[in-house]
This record gives sequence, structure tokens and C-alpha cells, in this order.
Amino acid sequence: MIKILDARKKQMYEKGKGDFDLACEKTSLAGSVSQRACVFCGSRVVLYPVADALHLIHGPVGCAAYTWDIRGSLSSGPELHRLSFSTDLREQEVIYGGEKKLYAALTELIAAYKPKAAFVYATCIIGLIGDDVQAVCAKVQTESGIPVIPVHSEGFRGSKKDGYKAACEALFRLIGKDEITPVPKQSINILGDFNLAGETWIIKEYYRQMGVEVVSCITGDGRVDEISRSHHASLNVVQCSGSMTHLAKMMEDTYGIPFKRVSYFGIEDTADALYTVARYFDDPLLLRNTEELVRTEVDRIYPEVQRYRTFLENKKAAIYVGGAFKAFSLVKALRHLGIQTAIVGSQTGNREDYEYLKEICDEGTIIVDDTNPLELSKFMLEKDVDLLIGGVKERPIAYKLGVAFCDHNHERKLALAGFEGMLNFCQEVYSSIMSPVWQFSPARINSNLHSKWHRGSKDEAPEAYNQYVEDHPQAGTRDAANEGDMMNANWNKHIIDKEIEGERNERNNKTAVC
Amino acid sequence: MKEMRETIRQRSAKKEPRHFISTRNACKLCAPLGASIVFRGIENCIPLIHGSQGCSTYIRRYVISHFKEPVDIASSNFSEQSAIFGGGDNLKTALDNITRQYHPEAIGIATTCLSETIGDDVNLYIDEYCRSKKDVNIPVLIHAPTPSYRGTHMEGYHEAVKAIVETLAESGPRIDSINLIPGFLSSEDLRYLKEILSDSGITYIMLPDYSETLDGESWSEYQKLSAGGTTIASIRTTGRALATVQFGRSLDRHETAATCLEKKFGVTARSTGIPIGIRETDLFFNIIEELTGALMPLKYEKERGRLIDSYIDGHKYVFGKRAVVYGEADFVASMTSFLDEIGIIPALCAAGECTGRFRELVQSGIRNSHEDILILEDIDFESMAETCQTIGADIIIGNSKGYALSRKLGIPLVRAGFPIHDRIGGQRVLHVGYRGTQQLFDRIVNALIEFKQNSSSVGYSYI
Repeated sequence: MIKILDARKKQMYEKGKGDFDLACEKTSLAGSVSQRACVFCGSRVVLYPVADALHLIHGPVGCAAYTWDIRGSLSSGPELHRLSFSTDLREQEVIYGGEKKLYAALTELIAAYKPKAAFVYATCIIGLIGDDVQAVCAKVQTESGIPVIPVHSEGFRGSKKDGYKAACEALFRLIGKDEITPVPKQSINILGDFNLAGETWIIKEYYRQMGVEVVSCITGDGRVDEISRSHHASLNVVQCSGSMTHLAKMMEDTYGIPFKRVSYFGIEDTADALYTVARYFDDPLLLRNTEELVRTEVDRIYPEVQRYRTFLENKKAAIYVGGAFKAFSLVKALRHLGIQTAIVGSQTGNREDYEYLKEICDEGTIIVDDTNPLELSKFMLEKDVDLLIGGVKERPIAYKLGVAFCDHNHERKLALAGFEGMLNFCQEVYSSIMSPVWQFSPARINSNLHSKWHRGSKDEAPEAYNQYVEDHPQAGTRDAANEGDMMNANWNKHIIDKEIEGERNERNNKTAVC
Repeated sequence: MKEMRETIRQRSAKKEPRHFISTRNACKLCAPLGASIVFRGIENCIPLIHGSQGCSTYIRRYVISHFKEPVDIASSNFSEQSAIFGGGDNLKTALDNITRQYHPEAIGIATTCLSETIGDDVNLYIDEYCRSKKDVNIPVLIHAPTPSYRGTHMEGYHEAVKAIVETLAESGPRIDSINLIPGFLSSEDLRYLKEILSDSGITYIMLPDYSETLDGESWSEYQKLSAGGTTIASIRTTGRALATVQFGRSLDRHETAATCLEKKFGVTARSTGIPIGIRETDLFFNIIEELTGALMPLKYEKERGRLIDSYIDGHKYVFGKRAVVYGEADFVASMTSFLDEIGIIPALCAAGECTGRFRELVQSGIRNSHEDILILEDIDFESMAETCQTIGADIIIGNSKGYALSRKLGIPLVRAGFPIHDRIGGQRVLHVGYRGTQQLFDRIVNALIEFKQNSSSVGYSYI
């Protein structure tokens, strides 16, 4: 029914079927309806949480309009990042150049909003019309006395990953500016948490309890001053490694700060992250504090997680997220709930990531890189999943197919990191899967009819049923709203019984007439 | 009248906000978004944005946040190579892949600032593509030039409608039918307009029609492109219709689908305001009657009667209240005319576009003598917020983008227009006709009552 493009076939793999040779890190296929965005998007996502900086998007208005207040990225103080500034180039400026407008815009905005720094994002046409963004930024930096940093984020110059890189390079220009403020020895930077729903605060609190000072959460509730002195920290702890490893490497090369990759999603990964940091400092008190923290938190949440599990056991999930690291954690977190991952994919994973995914997933799991709505739907139907974890663009696919959904992307309002976040995650999944609304979803009813037999229910499906269900994709939808609990397979059986009986009668009547 | 206008102009001029060169929280979107919405209103048509991957992904995300429906928009996915050597190859690959995956009847190609700046000749690429596929069936290809540095999403919208009729409309014997180009309304608005025309016994073609594609039912089985939309076959007949009615007086002096059909096929073109409020809706029904002879069905007479009855029931709650209205120029003009007819002072009328005629459009709908009205175009939300500090507004009417303003001023926001992404049902907000006006009126009055009730220490249970 849904055809996979030949050029895409190498970017998907079903565990257990053939050799693993997944292609990835490719530009998206033209016309494929990728869920990815562009270079600009990558840069904007990473820099967005720097709350006291001015973010000026140089180009026509669209790129700024679509990214206005688009993510949670909560701030405990200034909220300048939530405003959307654009040079809003018009035809005249495209013809004669936008430098003058950029200069004027930067100058007026810095005077009006008094930011600590300014990022100037170059969008698609900037390079083409020959604007020297670098020169304008340098001029305004001299005049205003704040760092004014160009971000080379022309949309077509690669993928979202290249945008991450451009953002890391922009951040790197801020680092090292503050040599004066003292920083304690047992200190870290948190890289790659974007504080979408307050996650950074949860994680920071863990480190406080452990006795580790956080110098800068560069990309979560971020501040220019903290970033400027972040090179004095002893360790960089990197989440969302796809976006921030580049910065960590630059900081390692220039300032000799080692880095560790972690994830704060799920019980094991959160515990692992905290232990990784504790072990690095090799301080008995710190280690004891960490053990104490992890024990208390796990004791607190584990019974709750188990309670959720009783409702969610044996469900099947599809995961499609931006970075592969998040996918690893989600596979593990779902396992705690007894949910099996049937499909897992990411926009930007690399070969190593996908190999690891293959290791941790069950036989039959589909692994996919840079998928599109058609493929995702096809896999979801084939695997008959109960849940999709993704972002806003994936949500309507799930809902139309009668599948529960958990937003693990930028529009979420519940913090999903740390131990507390695990409980929130459980609640999110639970409140979607257990909702009674699916009983009315025609797609779900069809899928229940099929899956009851396909999943080997104890009352074996008679041939007639299989045939009937195949011939009548609408079977069981009749009078749906009046018939009570649709999740009950017996009920479906009852409906089909009635429908088959109806057909038989009709046939008999016809025969009688003949 | 002239004197009054003069006064308004003078007073307005005094309070205009400080001018910023940059745009701060834009009150507009870019052209390919408008075009994409239009293409999704054609049956089995998929939009293809010719530019970077981000353009299509951002627009998808944005449109989904309002309609809460799957919105597949393909991209030709420019690379550095395409930016240097042209996007022709990418466009052709995209057309191939879309056809393979979606089997669409039509592909609506919207360009971007990128492809327009490098001077991509999309018409030439389309010709080449069609020639190379001489022996196979390919989808209809429609091309709308929509660089985001020219105009807003509304230009994109009307460019796409124009491109569709230019590509598809055919000549032939006249048919007893009218074309309706409703402009950027909600899915519910489109459904209601169809209901009005059907009830009036008129044969019509509404272009575009995303009443189903962007507000569909729950699926029983997978749909590659959501069902519904104006059919290609019916669009071919638009050249043979009696007349085209387009909503939006700002279109008057522009070349649009309606004027193209008039020039090429002699189909009478008529512009009127978006039918919000009694006066504008009366005008719409008058035009329909004039063009087709169809009288307003009794059902709508009754809707109109009930609306007047409710105006009277509610007039005291709204009289003299001061409103901020923003959005697309034509939307604001019609909304202002409605507010004016119920006694609300449209204290600030703001549009993101730069039409040069916004003041005239808004003022043509104002009959009461109001002082202190600000009518500003090419304006953004930060400028609006700065202006609002001194105008003493009681209520805000517009899309979700005004939420920050409403929060700051502590006054209610009645959500209307696009996008509505902080409430459910944005696609089902009805604005037009007597019924739509009724719903708007009830919502506005209730918002003011609720505000009054909540701000009072008494806790009135009857208001």
C-alpha cells in the first residue's frame, strides 16, 4: 500500500533481517518529505536558550516568524530570547544588499534591549546577495562593546547538524572572555540540555545535592556571563551529544577540559550520568552523596513506575526523535514500563548510534534514519503500535491512526529529565494510552480486529473471520459509539458475528428469491 | 465624512509608535506558507516548496500547530551545489519522488527567497520535466512564485490561487456557476460558505477548499493525502463560470485569479469584504443575488434576525469598549466594520502587510464617529505593545500571537484568524456570515462579561 522509495531503502533496517548496513548522515532526499529542518534550525535550536542575548535573524521574515517563542527553553531571569527579531529583508534590500539594514537593526536593538551579547543568524540568501555579516558584526561589536557574533546558518549549507556546528562555533567565541570570576575546582558545565520544561533545573539540583558546582548550563537557561567563564570548569557533561559534542571537543582542545557523554532520560541513564560525574572527581564524600541521592530517588519513584507498568505492560511503541541519544534512553525507559520498542529512528543519528540501537532493541525492531510521514505510517501500521513518541510534526500521524502520543520535543510542558522526569514521562504515556477516546477511533478499531487474531489470541480465529476482516476494512465500526467498550475484543467478535450473520441472511434471501 | 477622516488621521499620527528598522515579533508570515495552504485545498494535490528543507519543515510545523492535521509538504531540499548551479535537478528529483510516493493528481510548486534570488527558472524546469515524461502520466504541475521578501503569506496565498487558474482554467460554453475565492479563512468558514451556496441552490466552485483536507475525520485507514479539496476537473471549468467573487478589498487593484479569469475568459470579477458582521454579510448575499438571482434562504433570514436580536440583548456590555484588532489587512478591515456596528471602538487596527491602502480599507467600514483610532500597517507585535500602553484597550481580537500582549495588558484575547496554537479548534472557529458573526459576538460579549465578573469583588452570579 505505502511504497518506500528505492533511494531510501538503505536507511532502514529490521533487526534480525539480513546484515546491518544502515546508511545515514546523508542529505535528505528531494521530495521525500523529511521531518528534518535546515542549518538555520540547528543553530537556532542550540543558541535559543541563551536568554540574555539578542537573537537577530538576518533575512526575509519567515525564518524569524516560524521560530518566535517556538520552544519552552525556560529562563529563570531575562527572557529576551523569547522575542523574534528579524531584519525582514524586502525586495529592494535583496537587490541592493542588506548590510545597511543589518547595521541599523543591530544598533537600534542593542540600544533598546541592552543585551549581553548578540547573535546574528545568516539565512539562505545572505551569502548569495553578498552581505558581509562578519564585518557588520565586528563594527557593531566595537561600537557597542558587547560581543556581536555572526552565525553562519544559511539553510542550504548542509543539514541541521551543520547548524549545530555553526552554533557551537558561535558559542565558542563567547567562551574565555571572563578570566576574573573565581570558579571552584569541583565544577562542571552542562551541555546540551535546553531546559525545555525546566529539566536543567532538576539536573542542577541533583548536582547541588551531590556537591558539584555548575558553572554554566550553556544551552539551558543560558547566560552570556556564565558562558564567558565556562572554560574554568573541570568537566563538560554533554547531553544531546549530536548537537554539543563539537563544542565539548573545541573546549577540550583549547582549554583542556575533558567531557563525558550522558543522558538524563530514564532511571538508569540518569543514575549513570550522576555516577559518571561523581567518579570523575574521585571524592568519597561526593560519591556517598550521589549514592544517597540515587537511592532515595529510585526508592521514591520505582513503586510508582511499577504501578504504571501494570497498565502499560505489553504495549508497543514507535520512537522518532531528533537525536539518537534520546532514542537510546527512551528504549530503556519504555522497558521499565514493559513497553516494547517496535520502531525507532532519528533525524541525525550516525552509524555508531544506529549500531548501538540495534544492540539494545529486540528482534524485529525497525531502525530508521531520516524517515518521512509515509514510511512512519507504514511501519506504525505494520507493527501495530500503541504509542508514538515524537514531536509536533509526528503527532497528527499518530492521532489519525488512533495511536497514543507522547511529545518528547520542544512543545512539551512537563519536564522529562531526571528521576522526577521519569515519573512525568510515565504519566504522559499513561494518560494517552489509557484514554477512553481510542474506543471511537475507526483506525484503532480496525487494528484491534486484525491484531486480536494476529497476536494469537487464545480463541483461534476461524478462517471466515480472517477473510471477512480482510474483505471489510470497515468491519466493527458500525454503531461504534453506542456499543460500549471497544477495546474488548469479544465485543469486536460480536459485531463481526452480527455482520457475517447479516451477510449470510442477505445471501440466503437472494438465493430464496432466485 | 471627509472632515472626520481628517480628524482621525491627525489624531492617529500623534500616537504612532517609534519606528524600528527591524521587525520585532512579526505580525505576518512568509509567502510559501500561504501557497501551501492553498495547494492543500486542491484535491489530491501536494505542495512542494522549492528551497531549503527548513522552509517546508517550519511551515509544516506551523500549519500543523493550528489545524492539528497531517500536512505533508515536500521540499526540493537545496544543497550548496543547487544554490550555485541552480535547483533544477533537485526539483526534478523531487517531482519524481513525490509522484512515486504519493501518486498525486497535482503538485503545487511554491518558490522561496532562495530559489528566487539565484534566479531559478522554474517554468523552464517544468517544461523540461514534462518533455522528458512525454510518454508517462504525470501530475499537473502548478508553479507559484512566492519569494518571502515580496509580500506576506497573503501574497503567497493569492499567487497560488492565481497560478492554479492560470494553469487549469479552460474556455468553453458558459455554465450556470460562480467561482468563490474565499481567501485565508478557517476550515469551518469554508464549510459554512458551502452550506450557504448549496442552500441557495447555486452551482459553485470554491477555490481553494481545505474544509475537509485541513479538518478531516478520524481515519479508518491510512490516507496519503487527506481526502477532500476542490477537484482539478472543477477548476478547469472556472473559466466558463458566470462570475468570480473574491473576498478581500485589498485585492481590488491587483492581478488575481479573479481578474485573470475576467481578462482571459470574460468571467465577471467581483471583490467584496470578508463577510463578518451584518453589513458585510448583507453585501455578500446581495452580490450572490445580483449574480445568480438566488434569494437569501429563510434559514439565513432567521440567522440574521437572531443575530440582530442578540446585538440588542448584548449591546450594553460592549458599547464604548476599546478593542485592539490585528492580522491580515482584509481580516482586520472586516472585523473593524463588525466592531463598529456593535458599538465597540476599534482603538488600534493593525496589519502586518504593507498594502498602502490599509487606512482606506478600514475607514470604509467605519460608520460611527470615533475619535482616537489608530490604523497602522506594516506593524509588528512589539510596536503594537508599545502603542497599547497608552490607548486604554479593553479587549484584543486576533490570533494566538497576541497572547503575550493580552497577558501584559491583563485584558481578554478573543482568538480569531490564523494561527491559533494555544487553544484547540482553531480550524473550527467560525468567523463569516450571520452564524459566524453570532459566534464572534457571543464570544466577545462573554469575554467582557467574564472579565468584569472576575475583576469584581462582589462575585455577581447574574450579570
